[in-house]
Amino acid sequence: MSETSVATRAALAPPHPLKEFWKYFSENRGAVIGLYFIIFAILTAVFADVLAPHSPFDQYREALLQPPVWMDGGSTQFILGTDDVGRDIMSRLIHGARLSLFVGVIVVTLSLAVGIILGVTAGYFGGIYEILIMRLMDIILALPSLLLALAIVAILGPSLQNAILAIAIVVLPHYVRLTRASVIGEKNKDYVTASRVCGSGPFRMMFSVLLPNCMAPLIVQATLGFSTAILDAAALGFLGMGAQPPTPEWGAMLANALQFIQRAWWVVTFPGLAILLTVLAFNLAGDGLRDALDPKMKR
Amino acid sequence: MIQFFFRRFLHIFPAFIGVTLLTFSLIHLIPGDAVELRAGERGIDPARHAAMKAEMGLDKPLYVQYFRYIGNVLKGDLGKSFVTKKPVMEEFLTLFPATLELSFCAMIFAVVIGVPAGIIAGVKRGTVFDHTVMGASLTGYSMPIFWWGLLMILFFSVHLGWTPVSGRISALFWIDVDTGFMLIDAFRSNEPGAFKSALSHLILPAIVLGTIPLAVFARMTRSSMLEVLKEDYVRTAKAKGLSPTRVIMVHALRNAMIPVITVIGLQTGVLLAGAILTETIFAWPGVGKWILESINRRDYPSIQGGILIIATLIIFVNLGVDLLYGIINPRIRYTS
Repeated sequence: MSETSVATRAALAPPHPLKEFWKYFSENRGAVIGLYFIIFAILTAVFADVLAPHSPFDQYREALLQPPVWMDGGSTQFILGTDDVGRDIMSRLIHGARLSLFVGVIVVTLSLAVGIILGVTAGYFGGIYEILIMRLMDIILALPSLLLALAIVAILGPSLQNAILAIAIVVLPHYVRLTRASVIGEKNKDYVTASRVCGSGPFRMMFSVLLPNCMAPLIVQATLGFSTAILDAAALGFLGMGAQPPTPEWGAMLANALQFIQRAWWVVTFPGLAILLTVLAFNLAGDGLRDALDPKMKR
Repeated sequence: MIQFFFRRFLHIFPAFIGVTLLTFSLIHLIPGDAVELRAGERGIDPARHAAMKAEMGLDKPLYVQYFRYIGNVLKGDLGKSFVTKKPVMEEFLTLFPATLELSFCAMIFAVVIGVPAGIIAGVKRGTVFDHTVMGASLTGYSMPIFWWGLLMILFFSVHLGWTPVSGRISALFWIDVDTGFMLIDAFRSNEPGAFKSALSHLILPAIVLGTIPLAVFARMTRSSMLEVLKEDYVRTAKAKGLSPTRVIMVHALRNAMIPVITVIGLQTGVLLAGAILTETIFAWPGVGKWILESINRRDYPSIQGGILIIATLIIFVNLGVDLLYGIINPRIRYTS
C-alpha cells in the first residue's frame, strides 16, 4: 500500500522546471533550429583558430578577388573565395563569429546588469528617484538607436569598444522598463509582504525576493538583445564607426564592398548572410523562449 | 478630451529639455574645446584662443551657456557648420525633403504590403500563407538593411540592369527645385522621362528602407487580428449571420487597427535611423547621409543640430500618435 502512495506522489509531483521548459520550447520548431544554430555559432567562435583554414589577416597577393570553389577560377584553397587584398573570406567569417558573439555577450551583460539595478531600485523605491530614471530612459528611447549610438561614437571616437558601449547605452531603457514594470507588479503580492514582515532589508527584498520572480521577461529580452547588439554593431562597422579594418568584423567587411559589386558578388554576399543567419537564430530562439516562459501560453 | 490633449502635450517638455541637454553636452564631452576643434591641427595662439572663446560665449558658466543655447534653438538658430560655414538649420532644411520623400515612400510600401499580409495571415491562421508571411517577416526583421541594400543593387541594378545605383534622378535632367520632393518636381517639370527617372531612383531605396517596418507591421497586424478574433463581439457578429467578410473587415479590423496605428507611428524613428544606412548605400542626398558625413568631418554643430531636429521631430510624431490613439480609443482618454 505504501508503495502505491509513493508511486502516485511521484506521478503527481510537478516535472522538473527545466524539463517542463524544454517541453514547451521544443514544440516550436523554429526556436529549436535557432538554438542549434546558436550552438553552432558558439562552437565556431570558440574553435575559430582550429577551424579557419587561413589567418584572417594573411594577404595572398597571387589570389586577389578569387571566386568561391564552385565557380570557374575557384580553388579548394579558398572555399568562399578571397577579398580585394587576397584574404580568405571563410577564415574572416569564422573569426568574425567570435567578434559578433563577443559584442553580443558584452552588450547584453552590461545593459542587463545596469538595467536590472536601475529598474529594480526604481520600482522598489519609487518617488523622485523613479521619475528621474524613467524620464532619462524616455529620452534615450526618443532617439532612434542607431542615431544615438552614432552620436556616442562621435564623442568617443570610432572603435569596436566604443561601439559596444554605445549600443549598451542605447538598449538600456528596454531592460530598465521591463524590470521596473515586473517589480511594480510583484511588489504588493503576499509573499513580498511576508518577507518584509520577516524583517528582510531593502537589498534582500530587491535582489533575492523580487528579482527572481521578474526574470522571465528579462531572459527573453536578453536573447532578443543579442540580435539587436549584433545587428547594430555590424551597422556601425559598415558605416566605419565600429570595428576598424583590418578587423574581420562582419559589418566592417561590407564597408567597402559596394565597389566590388560588379566584379565579385561573393565579397558582398557572405558576410551579410552570416549576420542575417545569426540574428535570425537569436530572434527565433527568443520568440520560442517567450512562448515557453509566458505563463499565459501554458496549458 | 481637451484635458487629455493638454496633459499629453505637457509630457513633451521634459523630453525636449533632455534632448537639448544631450546635444548641448555633446560638444562639451568631446576632448578639446570648440575653438581648438575649429582651429584644427594648425593650433591657435593663446590670446586668439581666449578672444574666440569669449566671442563664442564659451567663457561663461555652463548653465548660462545652456540657456543661451536653448534660447538660440527656440529661435531656430542651431549655429553654423564648421565646414561649409552655412547655418545648420538651412543645410538641414535643404536636405530634409529628400529624406522625407524616401521615408514616406518606404512607409507607404511597408503599410500597403505589411498590413494586408498581416490581416490575411491572422484570418487564415496556421495555413501555408500564414507560415510564409511569418517566416518572411521574421527574416525581414532580422535583416541587416545595409546588406539588403547591397543585395538589391547586385540583383536589380547590376544583374538585371533595371534601376540606377545611386542618386535621386538621372544627371540628364535638370529639374528646378520647387517643393524639394523629386517626384513632384519632376512630374511638374514636364520634361519627358524625368518622372520615370526619379521613380526608378527612388524605388530600391524605398523598398530597402521599408523592409523592417514591413516585417513589424505584418507581425503586429497578425497578432492584433488574432487577439480581436477571439473577442465576444466577433462571435456575436458571426452569430447574427453576418458574412465573414463583413465580420472581418468591419467588426474585427477596426479594433485590430488600434495597436497597429501606434506601431506605425513608432516606426518613424526607426525609419529615420534606417535612412542613415539607406542613404549611405544609395548615395541619396538626405539628412541621414549628411549626419554621417558630419561625424566623419567632426563638424560638431551639424551633428548637434541634426540630432536635435530629428529627436524633436520624433517627440512630436510620438505625441501625434498618442493623441490619435486617444481619439480612436476612448478608453485611453479617460484612464491614466
